[in-house]
Amino acid sequence: MVEFLEFTLEGLSAGMIYAAIALSLVLIWRGTRVLNYAQGALAMFTSYIALEVIDRTGSYWLGFVVAIAAGLVIGAVVERTVIRPVANKPPLNAVIVTIGLLIGVEGLAGVLFTSNNRSFPPAFSITGLSIGSVALGITRNDIFTAVAVLAAAGLIAVVFQYTSVGLRLRATAFNARVARLLGVRVGRMLTLGWALAGLLGALAGMLVTPSTFLNPNSMDGIFVLGFTAAVIGGLESPVGAVAGGLILGVVLSYAAGYLGGEVVNLFGLAALMLVLMLRPSGLFSAAPARRV
Amino acid sequence: MATTPAPERPPAGDTVSLPLRAAGSAEGRPRRRPPTLVRHLGVAVLFAVLLMLASAKLSAYRDYQLAELAAFVVAVAGLTVLIGLSGQISIGNGAFMAVGGYTGALLFLHLQWPLVAIVLAATAAAAVSGAVFGFAAARLRGPYLAGATLMLAVALPSLATRFQSVFGGDQGLGFYVNVPGFLGVNFSLSEWQAWFNCGIALIALVLLANLIRSRVGRNWRALRDDEVAASLSGLNVARLQVVAFVVSAACAGAGGVLLAVVDGTVSASVFALGLSIQLLTAAVLGGLGTLTGAVWGSALLVLVPTYLENVAQSHGMTQGTSSSVPIVAYGVVLIAVMLLFPSGIQGGLLRLIALGRRRPARNQQEKGSS
Amino acid sequence: MSERARSDLAIDEVVAGYGAAPVLRGVSVTARAGTITAILGANGAGKTTLLRTVDGTIRPSRGRILLGDLDMAGRRPEDVARAGISHVPEGQGVITELTVAENLALGLLLRPRADRAAALDEIYRRFAILGDRRNRAAGTLSGGERQMLVIARAMATSPRVLLLDEPSLGLAPKVVSGVLDLIRLLRDESGLTIVLVEQNARSALAIADTGIVLNLGSVVASAPAAELARDDALRRHYLGF
Repeated sequence: MVEFLEFTLEGLSAGMIYAAIALSLVLIWRGTRVLNYAQGALAMFTSYIALEVIDRTGSYWLGFVVAIAAGLVIGAVVERTVIRPVANKPPLNAVIVTIGLLIGVEGLAGVLFTSNNRSFPPAFSITGLSIGSVALGITRNDIFTAVAVLAAAGLIAVVFQYTSVGLRLRATAFNARVARLLGVRVGRMLTLGWALAGLLGALAGMLVTPSTFLNPNSMDGIFVLGFTAAVIGGLESPVGAVAGGLILGVVLSYAAGYLGGEVVNLFGLAALMLVLMLRPSGLFSAAPARRV
Repeated sequence: MATTPAPERPPAGDTVSLPLRAAGSAEGRPRRRPPTLVRHLGVAVLFAVLLMLASAKLSAYRDYQLAELAAFVVAVAGLTVLIGLSGQISIGNGAFMAVGGYTGALLFLHLQWPLVAIVLAATAAAAVSGAVFGFAAARLRGPYLAGATLMLAVALPSLATRFQSVFGGDQGLGFYVNVPGFLGVNFSLSEWQAWFNCGIALIALVLLANLIRSRVGRNWRALRDDEVAASLSGLNVARLQVVAFVVSAACAGAGGVLLAVVDGTVSASVFALGLSIQLLTAAVLGGLGTLTGAVWGSALLVLVPTYLENVAQSHGMTQGTSSSVPIVAYGVVLIAVMLLFPSGIQGGLLRLIALGRRRPARNQQEKGSS
Repeated sequence: MSERARSDLAIDEVVAGYGAAPVLRGVSVTARAGTITAILGANGAGKTTLLRTVDGTIRPSRGRILLGDLDMAGRRPEDVARAGISHVPEGQGVITELTVAENLALGLLLRPRADRAAALDEIYRRFAILGDRRNRAAGTLSGGERQMLVIARAMATSPRVLLLDEPSLGLAPKVVSGVLDLIRLLRDESGLTIVLVEQNARSALAIADTGIVLNLGSVVASAPAAELARDDALRRHYLGF
């Protein structure tokens, strides 16, 4: 029973990371109809930037803030330079461009920071917490992770739902053509959407990297699981993204805990195929009307 | 005027082929070109001879690269047909390569079958896995399909680490190819590897070329261009999609076992996600849906990275950083090509040539072109 | 320039269209403030293309589009909208995932913040039904209600020029007359320039001041609406009644 609790909490904690990645993918997908295969790689890159700042200044939090800011800026720059030209082309072009970005960013990290593993400091202590003598399986850092992701997601939700900018962002995502006719600067909204997604990605990178080493490929596996979570939740739904992330995190945690760590990806595949066979557009999507 | 019989009613589920040569042409049909299969075989034989001559002149290392190239050509060709003709995306064909490679290695290890039989069995095993996946994914479209193939690419090879005793874990399984007796004792192994792989690759290309020009190929293109219209005109969309996956998986499986022929070993790390991405990018760079494009793209994949790494090291970069230089270059090239030549290099070259001749370029690639 | 003249729309020898053959071949239309100009003609004559060129979606290869004395030709749609030309596209263009209130709020964003609340109240006063439905998703509205919403939303932007593309499309006859009455009311009460594209030429000419007939991308007739309504030959040839 204690094990079950431990696995559940661990799963929720990992799930928060998947949720952050999934949410950033959904943000980008809804706004620009592009799947950003480089989202994990960009998060890895901002983590490297943070590490350089931390090494030089000794301040973790300065590095944290710089990483988040870099995520915003890099997201915006990528949209403006590399994504905008392919936004109205066949979808495969955007797939190749973001894969090219994935490869290029990983290569660039290898060139700039070498491809050796580097250790990465966590925000808070990573010793396991316990109540009395019962080990909970989570750490202070895990709690910070959950709080940070929920706060970021909540903040973004508030912006979208209750501000003018958010209204313009949603209008752009739902119907860019009509939004333009109402004076919405659609281009800027798309850039803003990518910037916010970059923020979430950078946050996820900062939160998860301490538990692995940092190297150019360290976010690959996490990205794939985040992508899977987004697809499970349904790419159209931010709530679905968070839910998908948490569900996936918990399911994989049980699998790893009871059956061993090597089955994680297999279970991820099984979970994904199971969901998609029942609902081809994800759990939280409205069944799409068939265009005839 | 000779009368021709009324055209037969095509069976349900087939496309209706327009009777392009109508009544009265029974005597007048010009027989300018030999049937498709003969043409393709002719070209293949020609290349086979050229390759045999070339491999005799090449060093062992170049023979090795040629054999590796052949392996990739088969896998990329299958993928380019899947994406370019049937319009389905896959970032997971590396997983099917793994199926082929491991099946081959296991047969070699436990049953010692002859090489050709191993290749056929590996191809068949991969085809079956392609069928299973294609069937499970039949209702998926666009990013959902892509996501499923992505997860497949990551998950399937991890079976090897899960069942270490069977699949040899990180070390993998050995796969030792011997030069067959009839070639004599002194025939070089690398040359034999190149011959064998190129031979298989040519056979695969001939089969694919015929498939592309067949009714199935036409149906795939109809499906790719407008799924709803294709479905309304009687095509069985799900079956076409599954068949496309089977074909591309079979090709990937063949490529996987050919790769094992070259490497002498099969291990999970070879078939990681990066491989699936490499296949996809090779298919796109070469030009989707074209077999010559598959050759171009594979050549880029096999030959350029080592060249670039050598260049980087000769300029003083350490091993840790120089190995990343080709990676950066590859990423930049992909982005640049997509922005400049949305139809891939093949399409871009065709357009440049056509501009030179002032003729509208034959539009070989549909998906992926602007 | 007087306030009224600032709202005059002058389309001057515009050539525009998709691909090689231009759809509009040198079209000139003048629409004055405080009037309704009806653009008529058969399908494919270029009516919608004209509106999409004026709103900035299509870039004209030749010609000018003057709002007052500013040339709008070649500007992006969002800039044209901000300059005061509001296009209500065919097929309504309600953003179905947003509520009625949010659709209206989107339009109001083009007004100074201080004026928005008052403008919204005015809209709910004039369009009572929208007030009743204000928190419902716009997708739940009926056809006539949606048409009202898009017109109200366009008015929310405080436009100088209102372009209406087939506002009666797909609506029941009784609803159509309600919409047309609304348009006539808008002309009477504000100094708006209204350009109305309609398949239903009879009803359009009934409320319009000027009528322009397009055929195959050229203007074949331009006259006061009453005159066009009386011209039997023209009506039968180009307008089908």
